[in-house]
Amino acid sequence: MKTMSFSQAIDDALAQAMASDPRIILLGEDIQLMQRALLVRFGSKRVRNTPISESAFLGAGIAASMAGLKPVVELYMVDFLGVCIDALINHAAKVEAFSGGKWTAPVVVRAPCSGGYGDGGQHEQSLWGWLAHIPGLTVLVPSTPADAGGLMMAALQCDGPVVFLEPKLLSEMWLDFLGSGGRRTVKYDVPPEGAKGPVPKKWEPVPIGKAAVRCVGSDITIACVGIGVHRAMKAAELLRADGISAEILDLRTVSPLDTPSLFESVSKTGHLLVVDEDYEGFGLSGELSATLLERGIPFQFSRLCTQTTIPYAHSREEQALPNVERIYASAKELLLALPG
Amino acid sequence: MQTELWSLYGLMLKSRLFEEAIACLWHEGRISGEMHLGTGEEGIIAGVVDHLRDDDAMALDHRGSAAFLMRGIDPVLILRELLGRPDGLCGGMGGHMHLFSKEHLAASSGIVGAAGPAAAGFALAGQILRPHSVAVAFFGEGSMNQGMLMESLNLASVWKLPVLFVCKDDGWAITTKPAQSTAGNLDERAQGLGVPVVVADGRDVMSVWEAAGKAIERARSGLGPTFLHARCVHLEGHFLGLQLIRILRDPLREIPPIPGPLIKSILQPGGAPFRERLEGLRIVFTVVIATLRDPRRDPINDPLKRTRAILRSEAGRLQELENQIQKEMDNIITSALMEVAS
Repeated sequence: MKTMSFSQAIDDALAQAMASDPRIILLGEDIQLMQRALLVRFGSKRVRNTPISESAFLGAGIAASMAGLKPVVELYMVDFLGVCIDALINHAAKVEAFSGGKWTAPVVVRAPCSGGYGDGGQHEQSLWGWLAHIPGLTVLVPSTPADAGGLMMAALQCDGPVVFLEPKLLSEMWLDFLGSGGRRTVKYDVPPEGAKGPVPKKWEPVPIGKAAVRCVGSDITIACVGIGVHRAMKAAELLRADGISAEILDLRTVSPLDTPSLFESVSKTGHLLVVDEDYEGFGLSGELSATLLERGIPFQFSRLCTQTTIPYAHSREEQALPNVERIYASAKELLLALPG
Repeated sequence: MQTELWSLYGLMLKSRLFEEAIACLWHEGRISGEMHLGTGEEGIIAGVVDHLRDDDAMALDHRGSAAFLMRGIDPVLILRELLGRPDGLCGGMGGHMHLFSKEHLAASSGIVGAAGPAAAGFALAGQILRPHSVAVAFFGEGSMNQGMLMESLNLASVWKLPVLFVCKDDGWAITTKPAQSTAGNLDERAQGLGVPVVVADGRDVMSVWEAAGKAIERARSGLGPTFLHARCVHLEGHFLGLQLIRILRDPLREIPPIPGPLIKSILQPGGAPFRERLEGLRIVFTVVIATLRDPRRDPINDPLKRTRAILRSEAGRLQELENQIQKEMDNIITSALMEVAS
């Protein structure tokens, strides 16, 4: 079976799509060097370096998508969307509604996200909840190479704006660029199953809005995305040793949510623990809980999310982000809690 | 002038030794994440910061450690911050891209261009609360394409804010050269917004010191902002471990993995015509060659070596100063690395 690293899978899927669809172009800072393999295959008309002008090139990418191109706009990291968020939330997300459904902005915004390598709170945020809050935006967070490539294919076929987030801890390329810089003296807690894994011979889209059950269980549902999936899988092993059967639901898509899979799993287990590297307040964890409450499904609830600005100090960062020990402890605590 | 040169050299040397120690700690894996050093731009920082007084403010980019040190902020606390220690300047929360000192009105940001609005705001507060104070914004030439910085130049101009906009121009936006990303002329851009421009040689600390002195006096007397444009060479590139610099330093390890994927990609069916593919390859090689040609080794581009060459006429005094600063820095580093008794 063919295996690939997380970043390789995305770029391979992109290359496959670019070869068959000449409307796909890539825009981003330093992209001609960062994506040099795509540059030498598809040329500098389609793989374009931008100035450090996010508002201009994201806004232009969105309008170009409205006028027939299929731009993949790359940002250095999702945190930098702060500089140009207007283009995404006030324009890309609104075109379809404003035009009475007659016009869309099929742009893909690709951005590395999340932490685990000690770069501080302005460079390690997840922000998918913040983005998913806006009607009209699709938000994808793959956790394996196969999903990364497959969801990129789906993003490129989507008839609207898609934010495609890549956890940096899964990407050899980003970890080298932003974390180790070639050093052999630093190590990161990289989940091996997420960093490298089996991929299909030919890329097919992974459906948007469809969660994946990574581990079937009956006592508790752990809903998660990105790095959280791998941390939860490790915690599930520890729980299994204690006789607890955890079901791991990798949401893969933050918006639209796969509510049927969530309902099915939580109806079965009666317990939901949300593991979310994004912020706790007003985010994914609260949304999952509200969705279940509206449906009238009885369940015990707990969540493990990032509550503060992510500390720069690596040891404190590890405590601020959901980790295996805390997932294990939270699951145990939730199951021990008396109902009512 | 000679007196100033001695003290400016002292500032620059202290900063250089400090940042060399930071680089060692980073290579040893004791500092995490990215590390942007100011080595090579000390002439600009020293030439500006030397003019600052108690009430003045600084808005810094992701490369602010040198300015913090030269402003007189405790280097032990800065270094502990970089080590992520709870007894660091910001309790280990910020790291080198997010250094803050409220009492010095010094704030950093890892967001490119953010120093523009921050300096404008510091200057606005200064205009009302601290007459004759100024605010300095430090940023690279790449950030001149960022909307918020251009907007800040305009804002400072119409409000006559006491801002010194300091453009540290090393001719590289990470791996992108200005020819690819920056249209027109930066000085004319600033002038077009009504901000007067002074050009200094960032490799020559006196050139910056003189230009900055006049611009800061102008701001203090209520005449508004100035754009100080100074060229420099960053001795470590954009950040430590940048692949282009690694190619320079360790070609045997860094070059072999590069051609394989490129050759595979250029031969892959489907894609651009062969001519365009070769053009893509040329773009990659141009960047690598520009790095190889980069004038890092030429002492003319190192503000410390240049100043030292002048001060060497008083060899005894120079030796004494260097010994004293080396000793001071050794003590700072020892003290910063000392574990706290718990």
